[in-house]
Amino acid sequence: METTRLIIVAVGGQGNLLASSVLGEAALLNGVPLRMSEIHGMAQRGGVVESALVFGDAESTIISDGEADLLVGFEPAETLRAINKCNAETTVITNLAPLMPFTVNIGQGVYPDLAELQNLIRAKTAKLIAFNAAKLAEEAGNPLGVNMVLLGALTQTGILPLSAENVKEAMERKTKKAFLDSNLKAFDLGFKAAEQAA
Amino acid sequence: MHKLLTDNPGEQMLLLGNEAIARGAIEAGVAFTSTYPGTPSSEISLQFFQMSQECDLYFEYSTNEKTAFEVAAAAANSNVRSMCMMKHVGLNVAADGLMTLAYIGVKAGMIVLTADDPFMFSSQNEQDNRIYARLAGLPMLEPSSIQDAKDMIPYAFDLSEKLQEPVIFRTTTRINHSSGIVKLGKIKPRVTKGNYTKDPLNHVPVPAVARKLHVKLLKNLDTAQGIAEKSEFNIVEGKGKWGIICNGVSYNYVRDAVTDLDIADSARVLRLGFSHPMPDTLILNFLKACEKVLIVEEGEPVMEEAVKAMAQEEGITLPIKGKGEGLLTRLYEFSPAQVENVIAGYFGVPYEPKEAVDLSDIPEIPQRPPTLCAGCSHRATYHEINKAVEELGVETIYPTDIGCYTLGLLPPLSTADFLVCMGSSAGTAGGFSQVTDKKVIAFIGDSTFFHSGIPGLINGVFNNHNFTLVILDNGITAMTGHQPHPGVDMKQFNMEGYGQVSIEAVVRAIGVPHVAVIKPNKVKKSIEAIKEAINFKGISVIISQEPCVLYAKALKLTKQRPFEVTDKCKNHRDCMNYLACPAFYVWNERIKIDPNLCTGCAVCAQICPENAILPLKKKKVPA
Ligand code: SF4
Repeated sequence: METTRLIIVAVGGQGNLLASSVLGEAALLNGVPLRMSEIHGMAQRGGVVESALVFGDAESTIISDGEADLLVGFEPAETLRAINKCNAETTVITNLAPLMPFTVNIGQGVYPDLAELQNLIRAKTAKLIAFNAAKLAEEAGNPLGVNMVLLGALTQTGILPLSAENVKEAMERKTKKAFLDSNLKAFDLGFKAAEQAA
Repeated sequence: MHKLLTDNPGEQMLLLGNEAIARGAIEAGVAFTSTYPGTPSSEISLQFFQMSQECDLYFEYSTNEKTAFEVAAAAANSNVRSMCMMKHVGLNVAADGLMTLAYIGVKAGMIVLTADDPFMFSSQNEQDNRIYARLAGLPMLEPSSIQDAKDMIPYAFDLSEKLQEPVIFRTTTRINHSSGIVKLGKIKPRVTKGNYTKDPLNHVPVPAVARKLHVKLLKNLDTAQGIAEKSEFNIVEGKGKWGIICNGVSYNYVRDAVTDLDIADSARVLRLGFSHPMPDTLILNFLKACEKVLIVEEGEPVMEEAVKAMAQEEGITLPIKGKGEGLLTRLYEFSPAQVENVIAGYFGVPYEPKEAVDLSDIPEIPQRPPTLCAGCSHRATYHEINKAVEELGVETIYPTDIGCYTLGLLPPLSTADFLVCMGSSAGTAGGFSQVTDKKVIAFIGDSTFFHSGIPGLINGVFNNHNFTLVILDNGITAMTGHQPHPGVDMKQFNMEGYGQVSIEAVVRAIGVPHVAVIKPNKVKKSIEAIKEAINFKGISVIISQEPCVLYAKALKLTKQRPFEVTDKCKNHRDCMNYLACPAFYVWNERIKIDPNLCTGCAVCAQICPENAILPLKKKKVPA
């Protein structure tokens, strides 16, 4: 089976690990071999969380520089920070709602310009799908559903060997019942946003 | 029911490495488990903690790794299968016991799990604990995959019982924090009660006994080597004259490289899963089939040196390389591309790595280091220390310790100067105060105080040092994911059967002449108390008590109203400049407070010179 490599980057608290575990469950349900690893040193304290998911026949759980087929960023500056994982064929999906690092708040460093950030990513990779996922999550009735919006968008690309049904079934198993409706709605909104960007 | 207790052999589950390890132990009938929490091993303990509430498995959060090791050693010597888990540096703390338990041995199986952290994702060093196996003369197992991680644990228990020795199980972060699909096996029944047979002439290593026991240990090592020669976890794959010897996660990178470079016909691979004692015969036979050998191992050249020594003794003269210029490094963790590149270069195979995008025109992206949570009481304490120090005009040295509060390192708090290891704040404070004329103010968390801070404080009292120790008591082991410690009142979690040790009572019993307890969210009062402690000549202790706000929020223990910056604000920005709480943000050149992040601690409201920060008017803020 072909190998597909996905990197998800997020800021601690954005629900990256839940999104990865939904994809993992979907792969398990669908009989797709999967390995993944997560690096979340002090995620709860606002650091960066990175998950690497390798679908298909491979042993490694690390994705080397230039090896990602798909990069999904839950926060625009973090998407750009992870661009070293991409090559000219990579598809990139990013949320456009920034979360200011506190270093910027205390005057150390400047947050990148969002238009320039998109131009850079677009110029270097095969495709950029960029939209405000935070807004869509709110629209779906769960401001914390950015992860589910982006799950919808990444499923839409068809790059992963998983169908929308697979992922939704996995969401039913892995996410809290009380949030399921809003999560499914968030997923659909993300799916549509990616369609429109195509 | 806890998912790891599922008794359905053959079922496939997506498991985190640490869950797979816990499952392996359950399948092996482990009955006694203990730990001191430390990333990347913490989730193993979490699984045991949860399962122990549902079945007769025993689990404890011990005071430190040495204690965790000792309780498990006693259980194993009473015929109860035991396992203790720790991060790599934790094994340094337990090493005193490890070295001699190797002489004494065990009755039932015992696993000592060390979770190494190459690249130091969450550690202060990246020591390679494979060397402990050699130092102690104990067998070591190292998984390469998540399935391995589960399967090797029952094997390790059986091995331990066969040899009557503890077995060291070594993982790296990429095993602990990777997930994969795991096929479950059968669960062995647990034996939770044992019996201890007195045997002082083998169990009390006075010199005459120890001399005899060392002979036994060496014999055991020979037996272990014989088993390693035939172990199912030491595998040779492929054919050809190029040899690759590897261990742990490196094996995955090697396999992917062999496939990608299409060299399966010319390369043979030896994976050592049972890595100490080394299977000499297996390795020598492997070498004899090769013309050229590459050793792929993260960390120290442990296998490389051993294999070179073996070859030398056998008079085998083929090139054997591992670490070095243009080859592999002792630093950090490997990446698959790095390993593939070295394999291709060493054996002269063409390799075109995937070309990463050009990074030259990417603007500098502001760093996002982890920071103390919004409303974290450590921020308040540190600010009060800074204020007190400023008002007294003293020059300071801040020894600190290991926990969330190490993040006081960052500006604007800047309250961390020196850190060596768990508990070093109190010990180093004594040294600094002896040889400098600066005011030494040391910081230690509650859990770390119990772990290894107490001896340093006793030392200060006995040797009449001159420092202030601030104990940041937030009622939990916060950084590793909120584990309890001896100071925690377990009844608040509806958990029966625990005692509780008061930090204040301990400090007073030690004879500290000046002790003050503060509530850090009361800024003025706290600053006054801190000034008094700083002015005290000799040892003074401040216990700063306030629950970890992240934990309190998770348990829904706080219902404080968020604050807002009102029109009275004159933009002095004291709040941002002194505290830099992550709930603040700048909007149109003004400071704002994110009501979803603000915990209502009111510390900023107390330092605002204009009293412009007030409780948010609206009653309820949407979550
Ligand atoms: S987890 Fe608790 S102790 Fe750690 S930074 Fe957050 S509030 Fe502070």
